Amino acid sequence: MQTAAMNLQHLVKKFGNQTVLKDVNLNVRAGEIVGLIGPSGAGKSTVIKTTLGMEVADGGSATVFDTTMPNRQLLSNIGYMAQTDALYDALSGKENLIFYAQMKGISKSEINKETAYVAKVVDLTDNLNKRVNSYSGGMMRRLSLAIALLGSPKLLVLDEPTVGIDPALRRQVWKELKSIRDEGRSILITTHVMDEAELCDRVALLLDGKVMAFDKPNALKLQYNVDTIEDVFLKAEGVE
Amino acid sequence: MRTIAIMKRVLKELLRDKRTLALMFFAPILILLLMSFIFNSNATPNVDIATINLPNALYDNINNTKHVDTYKYSTKKAAKESLNNGKVDAIIQKKDNNYDLTYANTDSTKTTAVKAVFNASMTKTNVSTMKKQLIITTTALAKLTGQPASTSAKSAAPKINNHYVYGNKDTGFFDKILPILMGFFVFFFVFLISGMALLKERTSGTLDRLLATPVKRSEIVFGYMLSYGILAIIQTILIVLVTVWLLGVEIKGNIISVIVINLILALVALAFGILLSTFAKSEFQMMQFIPIVVIPQVFFSGIIPLDSMAQWVSDISYIIPIKYSGDAVADIMMRGSSIWSLGLDISVLLGILVVLTWLNIVGLKRYRKV
Repeated sequence: MQTAAMNLQHLVKKFGNQTVLKDVNLNVRAGEIVGLIGPSGAGKSTVIKTTLGMEVADGGSATVFDTTMPNRQLLSNIGYMAQTDALYDALSGKENLIFYAQMKGISKSEINKETAYVAKVVDLTDNLNKRVNSYSGGMMRRLSLAIALLGSPKLLVLDEPTVGIDPALRRQVWKELKSIRDEGRSILITTHVMDEAELCDRVALLLDGKVMAFDKPNALKLQYNVDTIEDVFLKAEGVE
Repeated sequence: MRTIAIMKRVLKELLRDKRTLALMFFAPILILLLMSFIFNSNATPNVDIATINLPNALYDNINNTKHVDTYKYSTKKAAKESLNNGKVDAIIQKKDNNYDLTYANTDSTKTTAVKAVFNASMTKTNVSTMKKQLIITTTALAKLTGQPASTSAKSAAPKINNHYVYGNKDTGFFDKILPILMGFFVFFFVFLISGMALLKERTSGTLDRLLATPVKRSEIVFGYMLSYGILAIIQTILIVLVTVWLLGVEIKGNIISVIVINLILALVALAFGILLSTFAKSEFQMMQFIPIVVIPQVFFSGIIPLDSMAQWVSDISYIIPIKYSGDAVADIMMRGSSIWSLGLDISVLLGILVVLTWLNIVGLKRYRKV
């Protein structure tokens, strides 16, 4: 069996009286893109926070690279992009990249090479010296993605990475994500865009605190007997 | 290393926020200047007194007192009219052998001043009358005994010399509250700005993202402490220089000791601001801590004498950080105490600092469980 980059087993998470995650089983293998879809409030962000160790599981287990989370040292192997852009807007794009690179513990000699590389990936090289508060929404999103890519982490956790990015750039981002996968690195991605879900290797459907279905996109369509992932989503939710 | 990186980042952000910088550095100076004008110029009120039928000696004594102007009236009615118009503050009238004093009493300090002036002048007049009589008696006595009387007459008027341990005859209320004010400005601005900064870091999501890197929670707290510590040093130096050179306040002790104490207070304010910012959801909620947390600091800091309060009220001051820094700085400025003799104040401040810092590091666990 292939070693899993991350593995959630029977994960339970409660906030006060409210049980947000009831029984989540989810794993991302090495060299795989896993899409996590589900309606708002299904617990997607909680899955991500538990994976990163910001929250502790109330039941079941959460491991990354076979180590139980939370674990601080392991975070240097995880690239995280939040739903909010989370940038320091008084600083320039480059200063943001350098700061987060320092926080990730990238060595001084590598920092320049590393920031130049990620900036090129998200097509921000020409705007790196501008302050972030003069950036457009799409540019901020791209810078945020670039920060997640810093240090070539073995696991990328991306929360809605392509919101506000134009189609041409989105295609470019996905090309990059696929080449990351082909290097044997793993990606967990949440998305609202259903045709993006089709691009994932496997898709997990999170509903009501449980993973209702978790398979290849084509297998899911067969299982629900529909043509698109969007229909799978709607059918599972019971709208149609 | 991450601590330094965080410090540099926080400083960079602050340096680019020109308005906040101006608030931190120039607002205290402006307020100090204004306060020095207000408190120093109004130290002694000027009073206008209407007099009716006063004996000449008494009248001259009252009229020769500083900050007093006298106006002679012949009738009570005319004087009363001036009193009602606000032209004079009090009427002194001699009736038979008694004195009648009528005060406008719209300003209690003026009433007190008039009473003091009248009493002093009465004493002075009585003394000079007695002196005259004494001279007459001694001269008469000298004539009888045939000895010169000049020596005893001269020795009857002793000269009073005033000596001030701190400052001079112009030292007033402002000089007393200055050490506390200094601490208050440092506390207030560092508290507010650092609290806002961490709040922004939380609401913009950068704190979450920061905690998704292998950074230690303590490195974040120490990074903030270093950057705001540097800022507080600059702010304190500026305030001290202004008070010494522009306002001409005397500092008997070591200026560096004053800066050290204020630096410790700034770090307490920083830790306090960061801690309270976790209980605020927005900048506006952070502002709401000002009347609850910051203003009471002023009341218990020693600006208002604590020994006149009820015991349980003055006991509250023991948990007020500004009281300790104010006491320490006042000792250094006014008595020239060495920083080494202020161990108690400093260790209490450091104790508060350690507890708050520890609470902050533990408190960040809310956002990352490790």
